Amino acid sequence: MSTRLAKQGRLIDRSKQIEFTFNGKKLKGFAGDTLASALLANDQMLVGRSFKYHRPRGLVASGAEEPNALVGLGVGDRFEPNQRATTTELFAGLAAQSQNHWPSLEYDIGEVNSKLFSRFLTAGFYYKMFIHPRPFWKHIYEPFIRQSAGLGKAPDTELKDADTYEHFYFFCDVLVIGGGVAGLQAAKSAAETGAKVLVLEEKSCWGGRTPVDGGTIEGLDAEEWIARTVAELEALDNVTLRSRTMGAGVYDHSYILGYERLTDHAPGQGGPRHRLWRIRAQQTVTATGAIERPLSFAGNDVPGVMLAGAMRDYLVNWGVTPGQKVLVATNNDDAYRTAIALHEAGVEVVRVVDARESGGGELSDRVRDLGIRIECGRAIAKVKDGKRVTKVAICAQNGEGGAREEIEADAVAMSGGWSPVVHLWSHCGGKLTWDETQAHFRPDPDRAPTGHDGAPFVVTAGSASGPLGLAAVMADAAAAGAKAAEAAGRPARTVTPIATSEVTEAPMEPVWLMPAKADIELRMKTWLDYQNDVKVSDVQLAAREGYESVEHTKRYTTLGMATDQGKLSNINGLAILADALDAEIPQVGTTTFRPPYHPISMGAIGGEARGEIFQPLRKTPMYDWHDSHGAHWEPVGHWRRPYAYLRSGESLHEAVNREVKNTREALGLLDASTLGKLIVKGPDAGRFLDMLYTNMMSTLKIGKCRYGLMCSENGFLSDDGVVARIDEDTWLCHTTTGGADRIHAHMEEWLQTEWWDWKVYVANVTEQLAQVAVVGPNARRVLEKLNGQAGGGQAGGGMDLSPEALGFMEWQDGEIGGFKARAYRISFSGELSYEIAVSASEGQAFWSALIEAGREFGVMPYGTECLHILRAEKGFIMIGDETDGTVIPQDLGLHWALSKKKDDYLGKRAQSRSHMTDPDRWQLVGLETLDGSVLPDGAYAVGNGVNANGQKNTIGRVTSTYYSATLDRGIAMGLVKHGPKRMGEVIDFPGLDGKTYQARIVDPVFYDKDGEKQNV
Amino acid sequence: MLILDCPYCGVRAEETELHAGGEAHLKRFGPGSSDEDFHDYLFMRENPRGVHFERWRHVSGCGKWFHAARCTQTLEVFGTYSAQTTEPPQQITDAISAKRPGWTWRGLSD
Repeated sequence: MSTRLAKQGRLIDRSKQIEFTFNGKKLKGFAGDTLASALLANDQMLVGRSFKYHRPRGLVASGAEEPNALVGLGVGDRFEPNQRATTTELFAGLAAQSQNHWPSLEYDIGEVNSKLFSRFLTAGFYYKMFIHPRPFWKHIYEPFIRQSAGLGKAPDTELKDADTYEHFYFFCDVLVIGGGVAGLQAAKSAAETGAKVLVLEEKSCWGGRTPVDGGTIEGLDAEEWIARTVAELEALDNVTLRSRTMGAGVYDHSYILGYERLTDHAPGQGGPRHRLWRIRAQQTVTATGAIERPLSFAGNDVPGVMLAGAMRDYLVNWGVTPGQKVLVATNNDDAYRTAIALHEAGVEVVRVVDARESGGGELSDRVRDLGIRIECGRAIAKVKDGKRVTKVAICAQNGEGGAREEIEADAVAMSGGWSPVVHLWSHCGGKLTWDETQAHFRPDPDRAPTGHDGAPFVVTAGSASGPLGLAAVMADAAAAGAKAAEAAGRPARTVTPIATSEVTEAPMEPVWLMPAKADIELRMKTWLDYQNDVKVSDVQLAAREGYESVEHTKRYTTLGMATDQGKLSNINGLAILADALDAEIPQVGTTTFRPPYHPISMGAIGGEARGEIFQPLRKTPMYDWHDSHGAHWEPVGHWRRPYAYLRSGESLHEAVNREVKNTREALGLLDASTLGKLIVKGPDAGRFLDMLYTNMMSTLKIGKCRYGLMCSENGFLSDDGVVARIDEDTWLCHTTTGGADRIHAHMEEWLQTEWWDWKVYVANVTEQLAQVAVVGPNARRVLEKLNGQAGGGQAGGGMDLSPEALGFMEWQDGEIGGFKARAYRISFSGELSYEIAVSASEGQAFWSALIEAGREFGVMPYGTECLHILRAEKGFIMIGDETDGTVIPQDLGLHWALSKKKDDYLGKRAQSRSHMTDPDRWQLVGLETLDGSVLPDGAYAVGNGVNANGQKNTIGRVTSTYYSATLDRGIAMGLVKHGPKRMGEVIDFPGLDGKTYQARIVDPVFYDKDGEKQNV
Repeated sequence: MLILDCPYCGVRAEETELHAGGEAHLKRFGPGSSDEDFHDYLFMRENPRGVHFERWRHVSGCGKWFHAARCTQTLEVFGTYSAQTTEPPQQITDAISAKRPGWTWRGLSD
């Protein structure tokens, strides 16, 4: 059984007991425990079920590479799935739940299934199984897969994350990722040059695994050296140290993300939970250490089979042993340290099985001296299946697994050698080299990631570089720190050697399969990827089926695709693949390492940008008035515009219809402040606008307005609006609400990059002005009343708004009701209409004055929906409704706005391309349903015949459709093939509701065709 | 995340404050041009593995467009320069030649 030892545990405080729950069961641990060590201390060997076969799984590792011990953590709005027990620090009240089981962790139905069906669940099973028959996919297979897919449970979608998160920017000369002895030494060497240094360590304590492995540095015990060095670094002004902060990713041009977990270990402490560090470092030192590899033998996933280094961690750091009778299996000397540690802790080591015929070096001699039996050239044939280790069969390594000896054991410590953590080196293009002696990929220092200046910007330090012995690690780290500082522009320093203790180790021997010729029965029980349930037999099958590229094999078998991204499985998997392909491992290569190193929270990525401050909100000067007068808000870009103003007891539809009728019959006010307003000025402004608009703007007379269209160089309609000529060299261009910034940028682009010698200046004055559309038969009356009030009963200097003084499509500056105003006599509704601009600071006062003065004329504000209906009744197009980036002005019958006098304008050449002049292009028409109903938005009209997919041919689509209160019927506009030539024809629009709508093709102007209402 | 020096305001700008504008030094073809020339102007773009010339705008900064010479493979930046030119200046092509002898791009070369 696994249990807490009476002594040991350098990280725990036995005076502070902590209560927590696992699957509702109350358990106890100590301060300093991880959830993993506390579970082991409580003999909780079984921590979860595997993804595909629902096999019982226990802890394999002690750090972030742990593939099995994923739990759901927390409750309610703080619940999070897939949290690693090994990186979760224990706190009072922690509530964890195991995953992937039903009905319980101990008795799982899925496991029964997998025993029956596992021979069907091989590599590529989804592809093979679910492809036929085709209709089964939608109704049977997909629902089934969705039921069983995914690790863990998603949090309740109705709940919002209760925590807060933040981003933090940091700049430094040297960033050191990893606070083990190598990272600390590299930081020290770099800091001695005066460089600004930041050190990140993902765990809560410094020093990495050296205190567990033992040894002395500069004459001090490792733990003392670490304490001294951390104190020295903390005392320096040019060094910042951050524990519980992971170096998550290395990106282009030396941009690095750090992930700080501030309150995961102390929920309720207040402040942000996670902090995302956005770092620009001149140089980065990755001192990320190495990860031990599992050995591939049958039953290597039975709970109690653990990495040898991890077992040592649990003993030394937390005083926990996973078993009482432990078998050690290895291909290298390091695992002997575990045998020694177990023996010293009073745990029986039943056997050391060393796959090497020649056995180990100095450490194995010490183990033998302790009276522990060592067998060389031997292997584990099989660990007996079950919820924990009970029996281990051993055999010759160089065989098929026969002639077994069974040994009673309740835990297995395995070591397949160590691989440097190369992820951060590789994220941004650092290349690897295959190290024959260590049988691992290590960073190739000659092919480092390079930055904006083409120079390398990442240096590795310590075992992340490849060496594993303490002396080599310290020497490499000291050199790395100095090298990084020098590359960051600090003075070069000679590195003084660092004295350390040294152990002579015998070379490791690669063992990719145990025993070397294991038969198929064994290989089908030999796990490579614990989290995704990929076995040796799956990779071999993939190779037989023709998957030669490691990237393809990965996706076919899902090897290394789980949340641990194959930290334990990658090298073993590609060694098996190389063997199956009869290729060398370096030729097979690795899959791509992508950031983040471990999963980071979505909250940290979002940072402060959530809720109200997710993005800026633009409000017009009259926003508060609208809000207190029933505005139903509609987002338009970053703006909020009233869709309609609701009165009590009114539905939205009723409000819109009331606004439409009132504007047509009396007086409506629209807040048009969001319309883009661009001043274009300069001696070449007219020439410039002639290039931008399809029609002629240079000839526009001062005081006049003209409606204009803008196209992209592709010929497609991009924006429209009214242009006013202000003076000899100044024009004011109105754009659509959403188009202001885009069109401003469009103008700047052409001015700066094509016609840079033209003397033109563009300014976006959208937010300088409040603009109100005064619309309806009473529009002139209300304005004249305002002027009369200002003048004390007479015109009093107010603007003359008579049709003679201010005709249709004219503008004037002056005073209205005492407000300095510019009035445009333009109409987007077909009614008598003035758009009046005042300075933004006077917008609300002007609006209020209009509301007050308009009372006797039946004034009502109206919103965007009414605006849309009014324009649709008149057949006016709307950018974004009638256009979608594939529509040219000719499609919309806007030939009259295309100047024939101009040699050139943006889009002109494109509009003469063959497809643009094709008479079969769909063209704008009006549509009236025969029964007066409203056509569904976006509906397609169908014609005769079918296309290649057997679907009915489409001949048109609805672009705008409304209920017109004015006409008491549905009206619509649409693009229809040969539309204008088919007036009066009836076409069919099948709706999603199963109904077919019949509509007659009509003129798009539904109301006041002669424009009598606006010309008064 | 790339860093480019804005040649107008001098700011060392991060990619988040910049807007990529595609290939640099395009020659505009308008009315009167052949179908082939116009087609190439609209649609045909270089897609090199290596030296490339691009347009960028310092959109969340001074607002100016500029040109950058960059290696698409290593992301090394050889230099940034004015947008008001039809070809890269000598000092930029010299800088590229020093780093990538034998380079070619459209009509340009070492």
